[in-house]
Amino acid sequence: MALTAEIKREMYWTMLLARRLDERAWVLHRQGKIAFHISGIGHEAAQVGAAYALRRGEDWVTPYYRDLALMVALGYTPTEFILSLMGKAGEPNSGARQMPSHWSLRRANAVSHSAPVATQCVHAAGIGLAIKLRGDDRVVFTTLGEGSTSQGEWYEAVNWAAVHQLPVIFMVQNNQYAISVPSAKQMAVPSAADKACGLGLRGLSVDGSNVLEVYNVMSEAVERARSGGGPTLIEARVNRITPHSSDDDDRSYRSREEVEEGKRNDAILISRQVLEKEGVLNAKLVEEMETKAKEMVDAAVAAAEAAPYPDVSEAAYPVYVEEVRRG
Amino acid sequence: MARITMREAISQALWEEMERDPRVFILGEEVGVWGGTYAVTKGFYDHFGPERVRDTPIAEAAIVGAAIGAALVGTRPVAELMTINFAFAAMDHIVNEAAKLHYMFGGQMVLPLVIRTVGGGGRQLGATHSQTPDAVFAHFPGLKVVAPGTPADAKGLLKAAIRSQDPVMFIEHATLYQTRGEVPEGDYVVPIGKSTIQRTGKDITIITYSKMLEVSMKAADQLAGEGIEAEVVDLRTLRPLDMEPVLESFKKTNRAVIVEEGWKSYGVGAEISARIYEDAFDYVDAPIKRVAQLEVPLPYNRALEQMALPKVEQVVAAVKEVLNG
Ligand SMILES: Cc1ncc(C[n+]2csc(CCOP(=O)(O)OP(=O)(O)O)c2C)c(N)n1
Ligand SMILES: [Mg+2]
Repeated sequence: MALTAEIKREMYWTMLLARRLDERAWVLHRQGKIAFHISGIGHEAAQVGAAYALRRGEDWVTPYYRDLALMVALGYTPTEFILSLMGKAGEPNSGARQMPSHWSLRRANAVSHSAPVATQCVHAAGIGLAIKLRGDDRVVFTTLGEGSTSQGEWYEAVNWAAVHQLPVIFMVQNNQYAISVPSAKQMAVPSAADKACGLGLRGLSVDGSNVLEVYNVMSEAVERARSGGGPTLIEARVNRITPHSSDDDDRSYRSREEVEEGKRNDAILISRQVLEKEGVLNAKLVEEMETKAKEMVDAAVAAAEAAPYPDVSEAAYPVYVEEVRRG
Repeated sequence: MARITMREAISQALWEEMERDPRVFILGEEVGVWGGTYAVTKGFYDHFGPERVRDTPIAEAAIVGAAIGAALVGTRPVAELMTINFAFAAMDHIVNEAAKLHYMFGGQMVLPLVIRTVGGGGRQLGATHSQTPDAVFAHFPGLKVVAPGTPADAKGLLKAAIRSQDPVMFIEHATLYQTRGEVPEGDYVVPIGKSTIQRTGKDITIITYSKMLEVSMKAADQLAGEGIEAEVVDLRTLRPLDMEPVLESFKKTNRAVIVEEGWKSYGVGAEISARIYEDAFDYVDAPIKRVAQLEVPLPYNRALEQMALPKVEQVVAAVKEVLNG
């Protein structure tokens, strides 16, 4: 499907909103208002480019912790995000039970996951299997970092999807680091997409800072999956320009030059250039978006700060389905 | 004796053992350049080099499985799992291999392997980062399971673990790294499989270990203010379990409360109380009580999380119930 100018602008807007929200999360952490943040800064084009190739709200998504922009594209609101950071009542993932950034959104078929990395990929294979069994034409999109492709479960998931020709798209967001460990210590191949060779599916590597390029590659993969052509492995090359999380200081293992280089290839910057070149974006439009994003982020923080915490009795529920909530 | 943190004590034990024995090496995620998730191996990479302080791919099954292979041929690996929650990804190797190889091989090969890992909640890291499943590992014959509650024990027990010919799960607690205590300098070894009395008292025995030692000691202080003298027994090793100090204390006080951070069902308290009933039934003056975590996955929100974790007030209340019951 060719994208209209309006949709392209919306894609940029989604990236921008996610970026400004993410930046505010770092500020809230510095202010001591939240316990933890793990950032998707630098990954937004990969996530939004992919999201727009899906039937959002219908296709299934098993995401990983950097997927804020993906979630925003799926309809996760700024207030919902800040509520989750603050562990407030009304947080839609889990009622403040689940850790922030362990995304889920029932209304968007985005599935919650555990802390151990790559587990969501196996679930994606299972969802793909069920889709095939039920005979509908949905697809599953699952994401992870390149370091997490070292995990046995990741190979098992991809192998399954390839053997059973399941409608799964695996996206590896390769930011070159797993916390402090560079990708050369995770894999002996230059690209995570190379791993597809031995597993029998298509593997592609794409510039994950270019939202349109990601969209194109992803659209092809979605089309293949939907029409019974099986899974695809996509590596999106991205730049992590923040520390791993709010618990990390990356100065001990990364040169500032490298981080600066990453900023020069930043997703927001590169995608803006691409879209301006296409004539769908200009400085004035971006400025309007910036103003609107700031207003929305401010409003989300205000709403979340005003929201109550869940009652402590909530801790006891809902461990089992049969449990009727008392009170 | 120096007053140092738990982190420093563990670090010291590792460092000294690596200096003492060239066969000892460390492998795990982020242990090298970064210096470990809890900064225990900071400085090791520069001093001992990348061969002996190896950053591995994110693959817990391979970390433990490879450590087993390496241990079988005469090296002494100290495998670090970032948190005990990720140990489940290596469970097959821990319980089906490490715990059983020596036995299944008729004792012909030894497996001198240490798995250092970190458990416990209380840091708002959510249900799958915050578990205290120590009892799960203690279930398996063939494993030694150690969980120190003081810096001195951490140092001494880790040295013993590294020198052990058997596989040892060495479980640290995420919120104890800053805890300070007197730690003997130099070659200080605490034998695995010895419980100890951390505080003497005549009225009741509190049996505990790891983080809950801190909670129990606070409760004992508070109780002392009300004229109740609690004796606190620190298990230190969950397997092999040393019941001697527990039974000795119980035969004196005739009452007990067991405090553990994990869930009560099928837990450490269940084991200890069963053994007291089996081996000291004639001394029982009141039903034994257990204090443990609410039986839910630990929630993220701070108030909810704190509500679910065992607290000083609960220990105090349990003691009073047993005494007045
Ligand atoms: C099974 C497991 N082991 C270790 C961790 C701790 N951990 C969390 S994130 C991370 C690094 C992941 O790196 P990568 O897959 O490259 O993703 P990135 O964070 O760079 O996006 C690690 C080791 C974990 N969550 N799960
Ligand atoms: Mg990475």
